[in-house]
Amino acid sequence: MPRVWKFGDQINTDDILPGKYAPFMVGEDRFPTFAFAHLRPEFAKEVRPGDILVFGRNAGLGSSREYAPEALKRLGVRAVIAKSYARIFFRNLVNLGIVPFEAEEVVDALADGDEVELDLERGVLVRGAERFQLRPPPPFLLEALREGSLLDYYKKHGRFPGE
Amino acid sequence: MGQTLAEKILSRKAGREVRAGELVVVEVDQVMVVDSIAGSFFKRLEYLEATPRYPERVSIVIDHVAPAANLEVAKAQKEIREWGRRHGIRVFDVGRGVCHQVLVEEGLAQPGWVVVGSDSHSTTYGAVGAFGTGMGATDIALAAASGRTWLRVPESVKVVFRGQLPPGVTAKDAALEMVRRLTAEGATYMAVEIHLQDGAEAFSRGERMTLANLTVEAGAKAGLVVPSGEVLELYRVPDWLYPDPDATYVQEVEIDLTRLTPRVSVPFFVDNVHEVAEVKGKRVDQVFIGTCTNGRIEDLRAAAEVLKGRKVAPGVRLLVIPASSEVLEEAARDGTLLTLLEAGATIGTPGCGPCMGRHMGVLAPGEVCVSTSNRNFRGRMGAPDAEIYLVSPRVAAASAVAGYLTTPEELEETHA
Repeated sequence: MPRVWKFGDQINTDDILPGKYAPFMVGEDRFPTFAFAHLRPEFAKEVRPGDILVFGRNAGLGSSREYAPEALKRLGVRAVIAKSYARIFFRNLVNLGIVPFEAEEVVDALADGDEVELDLERGVLVRGAERFQLRPPPPFLLEALREGSLLDYYKKHGRFPGE
Repeated sequence: MGQTLAEKILSRKAGREVRAGELVVVEVDQVMVVDSIAGSFFKRLEYLEATPRYPERVSIVIDHVAPAANLEVAKAQKEIREWGRRHGIRVFDVGRGVCHQVLVEEGLAQPGWVVVGSDSHSTTYGAVGAFGTGMGATDIALAAASGRTWLRVPESVKVVFRGQLPPGVTAKDAALEMVRRLTAEGATYMAVEIHLQDGAEAFSRGERMTLANLTVEAGAKAGLVVPSGEVLELYRVPDWLYPDPDATYVQEVEIDLTRLTPRVSVPFFVDNVHEVAEVKGKRVDQVFIGTCTNGRIEDLRAAAEVLKGRKVAPGVRLLVIPASSEVLEEAARDGTLLTLLEAGATIGTPGCGPCMGRHMGVLAPGEVCVSTSNRNFRGRMGAPDAEIYLVSPRVAAASAVAGYLTTPEELEETHA
């Protein structure tokens, strides 16, 4: 069953992927293995496809490096829940097709290591007998996410959603 | 109801009157790509089976690891040059300087433009009245392929800087104070609109770049300095490029420059800003003067003024990395460079230097760096427990001489 990896407030993209491990420093194949190298060195080895990342406030602040969320995607992360997001990180998640949920009370309710199931389309998170309803992403993002990512949407339609 | 500067620019671009909260798709005047994500940028264009729609509106800058630090980087940078030649795209190669400084020097950011860059500090272009904003590789590739980008029209926070700075206090101190007041998330998704009044209009283009640069540390999408002073002399500023007096702001912050003191941002958060006096005495291993925040000629001159006739303390490394080749040339011409060298500084290739911990001054475990850069996150410049203190070039220079964090004024007293 997917597990929750819970992090605190103000987790920046240097935390998610330190600059010295950028793909152009260590190679395209290796960079995801350095996700959270400073903060939680065991993360990249132990994370499983479908696992859920949970952040506090201002998730992903700092550098615009898309390879930080890209490392998470390559490790199989499909959804993030946070109290709030820094804007570039939020765009990058959507562009890569990782669903960014925003839900303060759900973040507070979840603990690191919790086993959960998440229905991405409906925004329903289940932990044991408990059921949490997450607010689905706005229509512009949902349209993009239905094609996979914004990149996939543009490739297919030759325009941005709603344009 | 009046419009903010952000609403004015995006309305002009959208061809209709838009308000905060609306989603718009707008033409982009310049797409800036840095070396560290160029590979991702190429791959995304390849996936789209697209090439830049307007080649003259795309610039690639080799600055984040310049010159190449290892074989991977060397291969990536070779690909940039070849790709640039193949598609007729402008490439600023090793040594030309930090992307934001280079684009401004080259006139590739103009008042009223929309500039998107693959670097979060693209807010810097707001110094000249351009809507500059940072994005990831996918957004940047889409902007290059389509010539457009989507934006949510941001709400604006108004920051008024009033009066003239006291001697020894700089635009960096003003910028750090702004981040402290707004906090690291106080302007998330918003534009910070900077109004310079009652003498603050005297801020140079470079000083405005320092202010606009640091707005992203409060989460801002753009940091727009209302054009005045030197910017009106250097640029043709369109008459519509002003916020209406009755524009609506989410928040208004006033900063009285006449009472400001030297500031320092203490690890590991940029908004953890204190008076230098509170932290002084902190032992220093490395001092770094440079970056898109403070690597301009006025910054090097300010450091040289403090360092003149003095020596860097034993055991301290002083790295000075000019923000661009123009800055380096000017420093060579006016004697600044010699003053720095005589004091014991090491001069690096114009570019980002060790700011993001990849080369040219990576920090060892437990080391302390006093830096004029913009981020002091954990592990940013090397070891996870190394500490970065963000200050002005004057304070950085004084700390290099003392071997501990201090101001030039304190230095005078101690060594008098």
